[in-house]
Amino acid sequence: MYVAVKGGERAIDNAHAWQAEERRGDPAVAELALAQIREQLALAVNRVMAEGSLYDPDLAALAIKQARGDLIEAIFLIRAYRTTLPRLGASRPVATAQMAVIRRISATFKDLPGGQVLGPTFDYTHRLLDFKLAAEGAPVPVAATAPASLADVPHVMAFLNRDGLIEAEPAGDASPPDLTREPMELPASRALRLQAITRGDEGFILALAYSTQRGYGRTHAFVGELRIGCVAVELDIPELGFPVEIGEVELSECETVNQFTGSKTEPPQFTRGYGLVFGQSERKAISMSLVDRSLRWKELGEDCTGAPAQDEEFVLMHADNIQATGFLEHIKLPHYVDFQSELELVRKLRAEVLAAQEAAQ
Amino acid sequence: MTDQAYNFAYLDEQTKRMIRRAILKGVAVPGYQVPFASREMPMPYGWGTGGVQVTAACLVPEDRLKVIDQGADDTTNAVSIRKFFQRTAGVAVTEATTAASIIQTRHRIPETPLHEGQILVYQVPIPEPLRFLEPRETETRKMHELEEYGLMHVKLYEDIARHGTIATSYAYPVKVEGRYVMDPSPIPKFDNPKLSDSPALQLFGAGREQRIYALPPYTQVVSLDFDDHPFDPSKAAHDCDLCGAAASYLDEVIIDDQGGRMFVCSDTDFCRGRREAGHVGALGVPLAEGGM
Amino acid sequence: MNSDALLGGFADTPVQSARAFRAALDALSRPGTIRVVEGATPPAPLSTAAGVLVLTLCDGTTPVHLAGAHDCPALRQWITFHTSAPLVDAAQATFAIGGWDALQPVARFASGTPDYPDRSATLIIEMPGLAAAGMRLSGPGIQSKARLSLPDVTAFKANRARFPLGFDCFLTAGSQLAGLPRASRVEDI
Repeated sequence: MYVAVKGGERAIDNAHAWQAEERRGDPAVAELALAQIREQLALAVNRVMAEGSLYDPDLAALAIKQARGDLIEAIFLIRAYRTTLPRLGASRPVATAQMAVIRRISATFKDLPGGQVLGPTFDYTHRLLDFKLAAEGAPVPVAATAPASLADVPHVMAFLNRDGLIEAEPAGDASPPDLTREPMELPASRALRLQAITRGDEGFILALAYSTQRGYGRTHAFVGELRIGCVAVELDIPELGFPVEIGEVELSECETVNQFTGSKTEPPQFTRGYGLVFGQSERKAISMSLVDRSLRWKELGEDCTGAPAQDEEFVLMHADNIQATGFLEHIKLPHYVDFQSELELVRKLRAEVLAAQEAAQ
Repeated sequence: MTDQAYNFAYLDEQTKRMIRRAILKGVAVPGYQVPFASREMPMPYGWGTGGVQVTAACLVPEDRLKVIDQGADDTTNAVSIRKFFQRTAGVAVTEATTAASIIQTRHRIPETPLHEGQILVYQVPIPEPLRFLEPRETETRKMHELEEYGLMHVKLYEDIARHGTIATSYAYPVKVEGRYVMDPSPIPKFDNPKLSDSPALQLFGAGREQRIYALPPYTQVVSLDFDDHPFDPSKAAHDCDLCGAAASYLDEVIIDDQGGRMFVCSDTDFCRGRREAGHVGALGVPLAEGGM
Repeated sequence: MNSDALLGGFADTPVQSARAFRAALDALSRPGTIRVVEGATPPAPLSTAAGVLVLTLCDGTTPVHLAGAHDCPALRQWITFHTSAPLVDAAQATFAIGGWDALQPVARFASGTPDYPDRSATLIIEMPGLAAAGMRLSGPGIQSKARLSLPDVTAFKANRARFPLGFDCFLTAGSQLAGLPRASRVEDI
């Protein structure tokens, strides 16, 4: 006799217990500490903070541990936690010109005030597996240091700006919209677009940026400057009448210098693409600045070639990996009812066709 | 027992106010999709986050909540959502359609008629009925503004030209009070007639797509069709093999390696109620004999 | 600030606002239904029911317009303290509160845009009394016919004629509450 499937609740509890056991892995191997993840998998932590839109390395490390290293799952955990936090206020814009840079490079000028600082980078490592890392207990690596410079590191763009060679980007005092507090409305302002891209999926933004380089909405980008380092976050306290530093965050910032434009009224000048991402996330920052520039075709009076990276609605509606993964994976939920209705329809349509064929014979 | 670490019904008060305002505007303009700032919920997008937010904004401690997925109370996602509200709102739950004050559903309208005072909350994946004809929100919003629904009729008519019948079997589009074309969520078209003139308030939540819409009680809802091809809500010509119901929507279950199959009510509460009342289907056994 | 402004709010916001919202939802989705709400003791001349609606629906993101006698210091302070809602002119208001005469002309309130008809004002009309009698209502939420003691007919007919644009109304008297969405048809029969 047929017995309907029951016991969903017990199945769920057991599945969670099994998942916890798998998370721990072989108990003979030492358990990961959050500090180990935070210190030794820092780039994963950075990505989770950037796409989770929450700057907290310890929580990001916890999310990575809980998610068994699935970074999109970890980002989801952070997002779901973030949404329960009150929004207490908005900081002042961070002053990236005063960044304590650990890395700062320009592809447009050989040398410049503040200098080229290679910093910690994979760039010139030969991608050869380092089997010494497989052995634990190696001596702690030490890098040479130089005295820190306390001087500001001016933006490359500021030099071009002085000569009017690059489009002006005057500072505004308007509060940017908050994507997590207001529904997305299209067409979106540049502030909203940048916000969506900086928390968008790194792979998606990378692929879009790459597509612009290959000709799908090409913008001829040079990395005017890429800088990574810490900046102070300041909050205006109305009762005090002056801003208070509430902490500092590590950021990656990329500014691209792009193909010039000009018109009858405006002499030719270079244009800008911008990327700003939590943590050391330079691939994302560069990708972001290319996609930003590509999306600006309308305001710069360029032609839309129909390239994906020029299509604001396409980019913004599909950049979020938490939305994407949820909807993608929901198709594994029961769809008995929909499928049944399709099944009946196909049977009916087939029966009609087969009957007509039979009648014709 | 409520989880004290979270606010009543999980969402913070500011979020609930925002959702409540959107629900009220949805009620005021039946069938129109109100944008709302959907929050990131502790469950994945596409798994009922819109329905969960609407339910959370509506719940009061006195409520009795029923959650169904595919008509059944015991499917895993229904179990999970029901547990979420037991934990965060401490509300009573039920499987009985008639005893519930709020019913959250995915893909079905209960067979048992709803009554005044009940709220039916639908989980909606794609709230825009025109989305698969026009992927751009900027365009579809304009089409709703101008009541430009010709594209939808063309699509349905192409079905007829190709298949001799309208080949949409679920998420069948409807027109609300002669104005807005609305997606009823992926319910089978068999359920469409229950949308219209319902004594219950029907609320629709799409979390990922950030839209809420509503059908107040006794709202006129018409499934789109043509004079020469009227809407047909029919279902497969089978009775439920457990309870013998002739007019309930059925799940098809494969029962052996030879492809043997049986049909059972998708609405588990409805089926159990009939069996408790003594109805027996072709493959069922009376409940008194210990059958399932 | 008058210390009275600090009083008269909800004692248990999550639960009281949930119950109040359900009453408001029921009232708006079934025009002609009169519900009783409680929990707010706002300063005069705001009624209990209007106070409950304010506490339940207003916050820093919803500009409020106070019309006529309702535009008084005690009420301004009370709304500011309890909701942080900015107090604004009629045209900017998400919610407008006052007696029917003071709210005139109602055409100045936001009625939404053709692509976003939800961006419209909600009027909270303070009434001397409320009864399920008077003007005849029909439309969504009403099985056959309902009656409600509305303060006017022409204005509501004009509002319905603009559907899907239009404002939506709650009517309040003491602790009583009724709703009139823009979709309702009003007749003086």
